[in-house]
Amino acid sequence: MTPLLAELVIAVAKILVIIGVLLGLFSGMTYLERRFLAFMQFRLGPNRTGPWGLFQPIADGIKLFFKEEYVPEAANRWAFLAAPILSISTALMAIAVIPYGGPLTLPSWGFMPEWLAGRQVSLQIADLDIGLLYIFAISSLGVYGIVLAGWSSNNKYSLIGGLRSSAQMFSYELSLGLSWVGVIMLAGSFKIQTIVESQMGGFWNWNVGPQFVAFMVYFVAATAEVSRIPFDLPEGEAELVAGFHTEYSSMKFALIQMSEYVNMITVAVLATNMFLGGWDSGLPFLPSQGLYGVVWVGMKAFAILFVFIWLRGTLPRFRYDQLMDVGWKVLIPLAVLNILGTSAWIAFGSK
Amino acid sequence: MDAIVFYGFSALTLLAALVMVTQRSPTYSAFAFIVVLCSLSVVYGMLGSPFIAVLQIVVYAGAIMVLFLFVIMLLNVREEARSARDGWVLKGVAIALVAAFALQMASVLMRARTQFPRDFEATAARVAEVLFSLRFLYVFEATSILILAALVGAVVLAKKDL
Repeated sequence: MTPLLAELVIAVAKILVIIGVLLGLFSGMTYLERRFLAFMQFRLGPNRTGPWGLFQPIADGIKLFFKEEYVPEAANRWAFLAAPILSISTALMAIAVIPYGGPLTLPSWGFMPEWLAGRQVSLQIADLDIGLLYIFAISSLGVYGIVLAGWSSNNKYSLIGGLRSSAQMFSYELSLGLSWVGVIMLAGSFKIQTIVESQMGGFWNWNVGPQFVAFMVYFVAATAEVSRIPFDLPEGEAELVAGFHTEYSSMKFALIQMSEYVNMITVAVLATNMFLGGWDSGLPFLPSQGLYGVVWVGMKAFAILFVFIWLRGTLPRFRYDQLMDVGWKVLIPLAVLNILGTSAWIAFGSK
Repeated sequence: MDAIVFYGFSALTLLAALVMVTQRSPTYSAFAFIVVLCSLSVVYGMLGSPFIAVLQIVVYAGAIMVLFLFVIMLLNVREEARSARDGWVLKGVAIALVAAFALQMASVLMRARTQFPRDFEATAARVAEVLFSLRFLYVFEATSILILAALVGAVVLAKKDL
């Protein structure tokens, strides 16, 4: 086995595993979200399909799969079909540079081929030098799926939903990007691996302490980026039916839904890596190498995802002018102040 | 391998650019332009400048084109109106411009290195070193002030009473 071929096999295996796990997580998340929300609202939630309703996502999948594929008469057919594809592919492309754990040394069991045994594998598809910027670029492309969906449906609710979402994503992308700058300056790199490694050794080294303002800005902006309550104006059902995906049915709807959840997971794992120490266990005596790291990343990301659900169960939706005010007049100044403070600290304080 | 990717994306860039110019629906034009920007960014990435490639997407495809699309959708422009002055004069000017451009391209291509750049990595740090070196620093900062001035000017023009 040539080295290049071995690399290729490992890369493809990583891609398949990560995408498989993510799509599994997506269905798990829909179930958990409904159950948690029901719990918060004194309801039961889905509990009929299988034990505790655990098979509900599968039933939903089958239901969506067998529903009628419907393209509205007046819709722009190709754009209408391309929009969900664009959404899901940008959502899945963004996860390529996120590490899910520290470098993992494979064990050398007897049945393993020689090129695999004892090999060190990084738990990340691609370790780009400009990893964070790559995520930023891809997520800024993600808005086109929504805009295209809203425009091509030829429906006023969809169009307004698409418009709202492009304005919202554009406004909050700025504060999202600015909130990263402090972290990037502290680590001195765009590389996510390096950023995580700079926070190793205990929870007091995590960026969430020195960069607490940035973390808050990131969290709010990320909630808006993935259009979750209280920022779900693009699909505010009270006024827009379902916003940009009003006309979508069957698997196309499932794809849009999937891309939203994948984006949510990406945002949560990214927050874990940038602010919560990534695969660091937080306490020096707890192991954080190899697969333990994956467990820590998973637990931290799940905590953040839970907060997303919690917010959805708690908060009402913003008004549109409030949304714009928060984005432009609160988050951006806060993020800029944080950058100024961090750079002053790096220039004068750290020596 | 490199050659296949390069020619593939160059062809895609040119094709999308052609669609962009010939298309009458502004929305299609905008999307064709986004394709141009993205495939150009792949070419940048191949030329050893991943940082520029990503900036290309973040700034142009991710920000500016979203604004363009926003405006197109907000005004609900369906189709570009055919102007009555599509006369011979304009066509003549267009042909002259195309000829001039073709001449320029030919002269550049005659002198161009046809070699692929090797071992050249314009990383973020390298780009920053050049950009913030004394040679470009003042120009760079002056450009940012120019952009800021344009921004303020646009706001003042749009909002009469602030």
